[in-house]
Amino acid sequence: MEEIMEIIKELDWSPLFISIKTGIVATVISFFLGIFAARKVVKASPGKKAVIDGILALPMVLPPTVAGFFLLLLFSRRRPFGEFLFEEFGFKVVQTWLGCVIAATVIAFPLMYRNARAAMEQIDVNLVYAGRTLGMSDTKIFWKIIVPTAGPGIASGTILTFARALGEYGATSMLAGNIPGKTGTISQKIAMVIQDGDYLTAGIWVAVVMVIAFVVIFLMNLISGKKMKNIGRW
Amino acid sequence: MSIKVQIQRKLDSFLLDISFQSECRRIGILGASGCGKSMTLKSIAGIETPDQGHIEAEGRTLFDRADRINLKPQKRNVGYLFQNYALFPTMTVEKNIAAGLKGSRQENEVRVREMVKKFQLQGLEKRLPGQLSGGQQQRVALARIMAYEPDVILLDEPFSALDMYLKDRLQQELMDMLADYRGTVIMVSHNRDELYRFSEELLIIDQGHIAAAGETKELFRNPVSREAARLTGCKNFSRARRLDAHTVEAEDWGIILHTKGEIPEDVQWLGYRAHDFVPVWGERGENMLRFDLESSALLPFERNYYLRPENSAGYIESGAAADTDHHQEAQNICWFVQREKIEELDAKGFPNYLLFKEDRILFLK
Repeated sequence: MEEIMEIIKELDWSPLFISIKTGIVATVISFFLGIFAARKVVKASPGKKAVIDGILALPMVLPPTVAGFFLLLLFSRRRPFGEFLFEEFGFKVVQTWLGCVIAATVIAFPLMYRNARAAMEQIDVNLVYAGRTLGMSDTKIFWKIIVPTAGPGIASGTILTFARALGEYGATSMLAGNIPGKTGTISQKIAMVIQDGDYLTAGIWVAVVMVIAFVVIFLMNLISGKKMKNIGRW
Repeated sequence: MSIKVQIQRKLDSFLLDISFQSECRRIGILGASGCGKSMTLKSIAGIETPDQGHIEAEGRTLFDRADRINLKPQKRNVGYLFQNYALFPTMTVEKNIAAGLKGSRQENEVRVREMVKKFQLQGLEKRLPGQLSGGQQQRVALARIMAYEPDVILLDEPFSALDMYLKDRLQQELMDMLADYRGTVIMVSHNRDELYRFSEELLIIDQGHIAAAGETKELFRNPVSREAARLTGCKNFSRARRLDAHTVEAEDWGIILHTKGEIPEDVQWLGYRAHDFVPVWGERGENMLRFDLESSALLPFERNYYLRPENSAGYIESGAAADTDHHQEAQNICWFVQREKIEELDAKGFPNYLLFKEDRILFLK
């Protein structure tokens, strides 16, 4: 017990903050991109829909290391696009916190997009028609009717996205690496200390992750349960 | 109040080709499911686009293919009452009613209050649609449409999802609420009773084309075509062979009918409503049919008998070749007896003959 207290006292908490910061930023980006993509896909013709959906949902199906491989190909400063980003805007992605965010976003985005899309597709198309015959613009219909009605689905998509972004390991370790205090996330920390045989430190981090996971699921049930009750079925 | 519609659109299995104009305030469109009546309404509202044609309301062109006019639904000023009301589920009653209003905040508030009062929604302003009864939802949906002051209101099968009791009440309520609305209202339904009650003018649509049109009561009296007669509820049909101006042979019923009125020369079918037969005990006279009872059904307020006409055998031979669909239906004659008359039937026993009242015979094309 004393040993645990000793470790906790001297523990470097940076992985927790890096993970949470990455999770939040990736979730915010995925939230808007996901809703935007969902809207486009719901409105697209069936053929187009299948193709776009295939591309957007790919990162969810691929092993994260494969996604990491493509991200490295894209962003490496030895490649045209990565070089362009660095030369023009001074953006460094590989081995930086930005890399953490991009990796987490790419991996977690499909969860947001998929949930938002499923929720939107459930919506009675007559609501859209009703809005139009009442003179509401399509933008207004989207933000005032579609998004609120799809609320529970979007909310649970957001939380799942955050959870996935928080725990991202494979793509992150390839793109951003594991630089303590900079890109070292909780998942990477656990993997690293296990390699050193330090089960005690690993256990502490595992406990932290479990607390976060529980809170996330608890929040999700709370939000979707409440929303559902308000909306009812029509 | 004026509306002019002339549209064509290719649908899955047939061509929708509808053309009508009217100065009436209440127009009904009657047709079986999938006959194109909903598509007609959606075209007027601008939710669907016809392939060809012209739509005009209150003298304003909403759609014209040739002139490349196709107003957005937002610009048509046409209210649409959906079957499920399509209330916005996350908005309160107030917000639903205000959804389409363009004025300033204060103007809108006044308008909403006015509508709430008119449609007796006081006390429900802060409720969500899911917390309302069916009748309240209908009132909110109408209030939302009326707040927007449309030129035309379209009712898309407003009662078809309701149970009988509620249906009757909501029909009455809807009529009351629409009573002081000055614009055109078009109601689409597959229920002839609803439309008989509601509309001044009626269109009967069959497989995408107009089978009959005219003043509602007159159309039920004389539906002109066989499809129209069927949709107005006529159950009995027979092929007709005109013998002279006052005599016609009903081939499928195996009887020669005599009429005082003149029989149109181009008559192809005869129709006779199941409620119009008169039972006869005793001597056989003119226009009386002898029959065998095939089966019967008991309903709360009436009794349905399915009869086989005495001379129908001839039909079966010739008819089987003609069309099997019609064959089935023409074999039995339906006779529906209402409750007041059932007692007489029970007292006197089953009648020997059924009399065709000559002024109730429908001459159809």
